[in-house]
Amino acid sequence: MTDATAPKGDDTRADAPARNQWWDVWDQFKTHKGAMFGAAFFIIVILAVYLGPYFWTIDPTYIDIRARNSGPTLAHPFGTDQLGRDMLARMMAGGQTSISVGLTAMALALILGTLVGVLAGYFKRIDGLLMRTTDLFLALPLLPLLLVMVMLFRQPLSASFGPETGIFILIVVAIGITSWMPTARIVRGDVLALKEREFVLAARSIGTRPGKMILRHILPNVMSPIMVSATLGIATAIITESALSFLGLGFPPDFPTWGRLLFDATDFMQQHPERVMWPGLAISLTVLSVNYMGDGLRDALDPRIRGL
Amino acid sequence: MLTYTIRRLMTAIPTLIFISLIIFLLLDMAPGDPTAQLPLTIPPEVREQIRQSLGLGEPVHIRYLLWLKQMVWSEPMFYLSQSTGWFDPPEVARLISWQTRAPVMDTIFERLPQTIKVVGLAYIVGVLIALPIGIISAYRQYSVFDQAGTFVSMIGFSIPPFFSGVLMIILFTVMMPNDSFFWFPSIYDTTLVVDSWETFGKQVRQMVLPVMVLALQTTAQISRFMRASMLDNLNQDYVRTARAKGMTESVVVLKHVLRNSMIPVITVIALGIPSIFGGAIITEQIFKVNGIGQFLIVSIQASDVPSVQTLTFIFAVLIVLFNLIADILYGILDPRIRYD
Repeated sequence: MTDATAPKGDDTRADAPARNQWWDVWDQFKTHKGAMFGAAFFIIVILAVYLGPYFWTIDPTYIDIRARNSGPTLAHPFGTDQLGRDMLARMMAGGQTSISVGLTAMALALILGTLVGVLAGYFKRIDGLLMRTTDLFLALPLLPLLLVMVMLFRQPLSASFGPETGIFILIVVAIGITSWMPTARIVRGDVLALKEREFVLAARSIGTRPGKMILRHILPNVMSPIMVSATLGIATAIITESALSFLGLGFPPDFPTWGRLLFDATDFMQQHPERVMWPGLAISLTVLSVNYMGDGLRDALDPRIRGL
Repeated sequence: MLTYTIRRLMTAIPTLIFISLIIFLLLDMAPGDPTAQLPLTIPPEVREQIRQSLGLGEPVHIRYLLWLKQMVWSEPMFYLSQSTGWFDPPEVARLISWQTRAPVMDTIFERLPQTIKVVGLAYIVGVLIALPIGIISAYRQYSVFDQAGTFVSMIGFSIPPFFSGVLMIILFTVMMPNDSFFWFPSIYDTTLVVDSWETFGKQVRQMVLPVMVLALQTTAQISRFMRASMLDNLNQDYVRTARAKGMTESVVVLKHVLRNSMIPVITVIALGIPSIFGGAIITEQIFKVNGIGQFLIVSIQASDVPSVQTLTFIFAVLIVLFNLIADILYGILDPRIRYD
């Protein structure tokens, strides 16, 4: 990625060392305070969620019925739930699932969206067909369809892959195939503009084949819109997964995710409001940080703003 | 204008047919048998008859066409004849819910008023808050107000309704003292009959929380859009001309700039209406509003295929319809669009 775009941005000034485009992007990104905070927070959340269980070794499914409904104490910093399971351990386990779903679903949506966008932009013959399909998908009622998909395919998938993997595959695929459309549209627009540029003409005139052309010349140049929609994609995927879990149509009850923890805690909202706050804050702050990151990235990748 | 409208209609109808096909096939090819829940003592031939009576014996394309005819012709005709009395109701069986054994459309019409009251009011409130925020943010770009507006809309984007709703309940129902003016009920009482000022007050109070939750999201989106659109216009030449002619600042901003920036915003407002119905599914679930969103959840949990098909189809119709309305509005407001 970096190598392919290196020749484009090497405007070597007299005293500055040679640097590529991504260093400029990083410099611009650093000036956006919200984006830096967002990125730092997101990295902290990821580290806490994936590395935390090595330091906080309580099993999230361990039931200690005597310690049930305890508030924040030294033994249980986030308290325990109605069965005495440690909330901190459950939050970390839930975060692993929520963030894994978010990242995987985003990756799937990006791959689909980029594929459709590049094909539609590059090959004029299938452009109309692919874009009509994109419009059709945009007109689908997405949340109802997601709910329906989860309802219909939950049983068979959990029968063939086990309850956890089956639901994971189902939710990732369901979110992925319902959220690739904006990426496809943006990528197509950029590819259409790129196709008219001289370097593409030059590459074609020396006999570059379409496959090589897309991989070496088109794709590196549409990386910026793809990266921006990647950050936004993580945010929507995390929210969608939590919404499904909140409606009781996500992961099974003994398998915590942030949405599921929030859903379980609403029953005890009156007695233990703090139990609602942990997962709710985790979802909201993660999504907020990712959104700020996307905002900063969009500014940093926009050449009209960069370098001012 | 007429050709433009017709052209848009021509694209809307195939879209709708295709979406209905997707919805039908998705539910039809799904594993699971509606007679699976029936007692095992039913003999196979009777079970087969039950399947036939549910309309499961025909091939797929016949069933799809019958279902489509039912959705777009028989059911509307039934209601048309019932409300006007001009002709007899059509001699066809109604689409029956597997769960309630009542016509699906009747249940939907029973629940629609609640959804429209809550969601519609929330949308209006959200738009009315969003427009001034957007205008002021753009006019005073990078001011404290603009920064605060950006932050609030970021929060509106980031806090999902299932958390903001629960948060509202904790703040205004659980933590607030019961006799305080700011205490609001967390459960929407649908049986409340508004016939006096007292019940009217109750109705208003129980709508406050769901409306606030839904309005926060609308405000976040539309104020951002309004700001961007105002900013696009504020730097245009015609604004400088208007100022040079000696017009007061309020005329320049509220008449010249606002009118031009409203064009894309109005289409966005129209486009957002169906998605608000989708978002209301979660909000209705939290505040126990028995609207169509809650009906969808109940039907999904009970594997009630006719209800789920009808509801998703209605959501799809709403999306396509408001896309069409947005397109036509855009054409009316901005004549340049008509001639592309």
